[in-house]
This record gives sequence, C-alpha cells and structure tokens, in this order.
Amino acid sequence: MEDKLSTALEALRGRFEVQVNTFRGETIVNVKSEDIVGVCRALREEFGFCMLTDETAIDYWPQQTPRFHIVYHLISMMKERLRLLVPLDGNSPSLSTVEGVFPNANWLEREIWDLFGITFEQHSDLRRIIMPRDWEGHPLRKDYPLGYEEVQFTFNSQEIDTRKPYAKE
Amino acid sequence: MVELRDITMDELKHLVSERAIEGETMLLNMGPQHPSTHGVLRLLLELDGETVVNCIPDIGFLHTGVEKSMESKNYQQAEVMTDRLDYLNTVGNTLVYCLAVEKLVDLGVPPRAQVIRVILTELQRIASHLVWLGSQSLDLAAMSVFLYAFREREYILDILEMVSGQRMMTTYIRPGGLWRDVPIDFEDAVRQFVGLLPPRIDQYEALLTKNPLYLDRTRGIGVLSAEDAVRWGITGPNLRGSGVAYDVRKTNPYSGYEQYDFDIPVQKEGDVYARYQVRIEEMRQSLRIISQALDILPNGPVRSNNRKFVPPPRSEIGVSMEALIHHFKLWTEGFSAPAGGVFVSVESPRGELGVYLEGDGSPKPYRVHWRTPSFTNLQALPLLSKGHLVADLVAIIGSLDIVLGDVDR
Repeated sequence: MEDKLSTALEALRGRFEVQVNTFRGETIVNVKSEDIVGVCRALREEFGFCMLTDETAIDYWPQQTPRFHIVYHLISMMKERLRLLVPLDGNSPSLSTVEGVFPNANWLEREIWDLFGITFEQHSDLRRIIMPRDWEGHPLRKDYPLGYEEVQFTFNSQEIDTRKPYAKE
Repeated sequence: MVELRDITMDELKHLVSERAIEGETMLLNMGPQHPSTHGVLRLLLELDGETVVNCIPDIGFLHTGVEKSMESKNYQQAEVMTDRLDYLNTVGNTLVYCLAVEKLVDLGVPPRAQVIRVILTELQRIASHLVWLGSQSLDLAAMSVFLYAFREREYILDILEMVSGQRMMTTYIRPGGLWRDVPIDFEDAVRQFVGLLPPRIDQYEALLTKNPLYLDRTRGIGVLSAEDAVRWGITGPNLRGSGVAYDVRKTNPYSGYEQYDFDIPVQKEGDVYARYQVRIEEMRQSLRIISQALDILPNGPVRSNNRKFVPPPRSEIGVSMEALIHHFKLWTEGFSAPAGGVFVSVESPRGELGVYLEGDGSPKPYRVHWRTPSFTNLQALPLLSKGHLVADLVAIIGSLDIVLGDVDR
C-alpha cells in the first residue's frame, strides 16, 4: 500500500521540482504553479490518484511571498491520500486550471476565484458561484472585513446611524 | 444603491446551445423556490419540447459564510456552526470537525466515546436516508412512504434529544470525547429501535421495490457510468450505485470502524433505481454496525483526561486549584493548536465529508475548509439530466440526495 505512494513521490521528484513534507502522517507535496497540470496528469494517469477530492486556497496576508497557497487533495480509491500545495505570490495571482485532468475542478476553481480572487487560466466558465453576480471583493481574503453590527448607545447613536447601510429607494 | 444588472444573454452564451440563441429551444427557470429542488437550488433549463438539452445549476442562495465566521472564533466556539452545514447529518459534521481538531492537536479519545460516536453517526445515517427516502418518493408521487419514513425518523430524533437535549443541532461530540455520558436508558432505546426498523424497511420495500410505477420512473433514468462518477469526484451512495465500492469507513477507518463487520452495498446500473437500492441496503448495514457497537460498548470515561484541551468535570473545580485554572483558561481563551494543516474525511450519508483545518499557533483556526459531498455531487447534475424529460429531472435531483446547506455552506 505505502509503496504506491512512495513510487509516485520518487517519480515526481525525478521529473519536477517538488518538495515533500509530512505532517501528522499526511503527505504534502509542494509544487511550482507552472508544473501543477503536469503533476496532476502524471498522478492521475500513471499512479492511480484518480479522484480530485478537494481544492481550496489559503490566504497568508499581509505576507506577499507567498500570499496564497492552493491546496489540492488527491485520493486513489484505495488508502492513499496526497496533498499538493502550490504557493502563489502577489495580490492578484493566476495559475492554469486542472479542469482538463479532473473535470470536477470546474466548480471548485470557480469557488476559489469567487472567494479568493485567484484567476484560473483557460478555465471554461470562470463566474462567481457562491456570492451574487454583482458582489464586490473576495470575502475569504484575510484583508476582507468580517463585518459586524456596531452597538448603538445614546451618545453615538446618531453618528453610527449615518454610516449604516440602510436600504434606499 | 447599486443597480441590479439584468441577466444578459452574453453571460450565459457559452453554456447553452446555438439553438437557444436563435430561439429554437426554450430557456426555463426552475427554482429557487420549487418543492422538488430540495431547498433553494435554482436551475436554468434549456428545453426542446419537454426534453432537457442543457441544465445550468445556480447555487449560493443559502450561503452563510461559515468558513469565514469560523476564523474569528476559537476551536470550541467554531464547532457550534458545524451542525448548521448539512442539517440532516449534524452528528457527522461535528464528528469530522472534532476528528480534525484532535488530529491537529494530537489528542486521544477514550474507547467508550468512540463507540458512542459510531452509534450516533450510524443512527444519523439512517435518519438521513429516511428523509431521503420520504422526500424522493414524495417527488415521485408516493405520498405514504413519506409519512412512514418520517414516523421512524422521530425515534432517532428522540434518541438524539435524549443524549444531547437537542433533536437536530446536537453539538454532542466535542474535541476529546463527548459533551457528557449517555443517560442510562440510552442502550435500551437504541436496542428497541434496532429491533423495530428491519420490518419497517421491508414495508418500504413492499411499497416501492417492485412497484411498476416506481420502476418506470427510476429505471434507466439518470445513468452515471463508473468512469464518469470517478472523474467527477462523486462519492457516497451515488458512486456505489455506479458500481465502485469506495467507502471512507473501509479505506481510511476512523473512530474504530475497522472492528465492525459490515458490507458496502454496490449496484452496477448507475441509475436512480440503483441509488435507491444502495441506500435501502445501507440502512440495514448501519443497523448491523449499531448492534455490534452496542454489544462491545465498554464502560469508562467519555472525555479525554488531557486537561490542556478538555475542561475538567464540574465536581473537581471546587476542590482543585489546577482544575479551576484549566476551566478558566479553556473557557476564556480556548486551547491553541500548532501551525500546520490537516485533512480529515468521514463517510457522511451523502459521501465523503472532509474538513481541511489549518492552525497557526493561536486559539482560533486560521483556515477551515469544508469538502462537502453535496457540492461535488450536484456538479454532475447537468451530465445526468441531458436528454431526459423535465419530470425525470425531478427524480434525478432527488436521487443525488443534496442538502443545500451542505452545497452553499
């Protein structure tokens, strides 16, 4: 069982510039953003990691290099699990889509674009998916405020009222 | 105020066929307030007569921003929100979150708590399948099954209320164990239910399995091949209905699932009827697991003794200074988790439910991401529905067993 994973990692080390770590028994592979499609294709076609179970992003703002990590979770239908990490720099990064390898990346990448503002090149349908079409900003970024209701007391009630976003005509 | 833009054809041009733009086929809006979409799912359908040419799902109407809110709460507070995601699998949601927290901070769970966790998640799986069975049959105009299924579900909700005080949003499983031990009459109540359900399942089957009307509406409808299912990341009964025997409880056992003897029901056809058969059989297998778990239910504590993560019992607080300090620290500041990310997944009634949890050394999670089965399974709807009638689309949506709280998070 473990052999399948280690042969896959061995082959990846030979072909791409990757870095392998483990944390709490999980294998984590750092991949450069330009290699991601090749790595996914190799893992799927040669090493039996046939399902992309999850894809998401993490924001490390205010850090800029890397500001984001894209996280891919691949599973073989047996025991093995693998996590790929792709670091991305800057405020509006982009990388190529893995939709060609795993079609279910379509919605997962739309969600990442919607909530993090990371562009996926050659994506077939990059629209907002969770937030409304005319939403501004990307809510899961760390510099996006959570938003809360300010408590109004008698001395500042008026002041807070003026900047409250009431529905207008 | 920002003006709402009208939907322009340009935005959706790449999703519909040429014929829709020329006006040969009709575009029809279905939902979000439609009884057969099982919540607030909106579909844009391109129809040629009554045949579905294209189906474009539009989700997000139930988005609650749970992932963002969790980042501002500490680990114990964030757990309360997990119940609200998939409201038919509340115990499973808290279980996967607690497993992730326990893995991140490296915390053990006593055996009694593990067995009770298994019993409750399996009861919840049956409850969820009963809701599915009822609503799916209701969609296909079999009203009585709905009433029977919800009658049996009440027993499970009563058991959940008995252990946690809540029928649905239990938050009973906590990092390091359970909130408290189960009451004395818990075992009897579960045993009674385990004895009661099998003949009731036979009754549902008598109503549906060989019913020609039901067979006409489900056989050969929404066929999903095994290859497509794997390519599209489909998991759970939908995948097993297509002939792939993948179950997280078998491949990556958690909470001691390796010690129970149960089968993974598989059907080859991949249609709506196959998914029905798989779910019915899964209820029977869950009962098998529950009765084995009841037989081995050990005595002992239900919470880990690690006071850095689990609050001490109330009785100790009055007599031990240390216990008081731990209690105070845990309920004001919470516990800290090391920097690093873990991914844990469990088999929910809908498929693989995963949570990616990243800590940064503070008492609040840095990032929580939910890999929800309904989101991924719903993505295959356009693939399944092409070429079928609108009436069959209702059967297909039902057979995927989506929960919109799980899709939109």
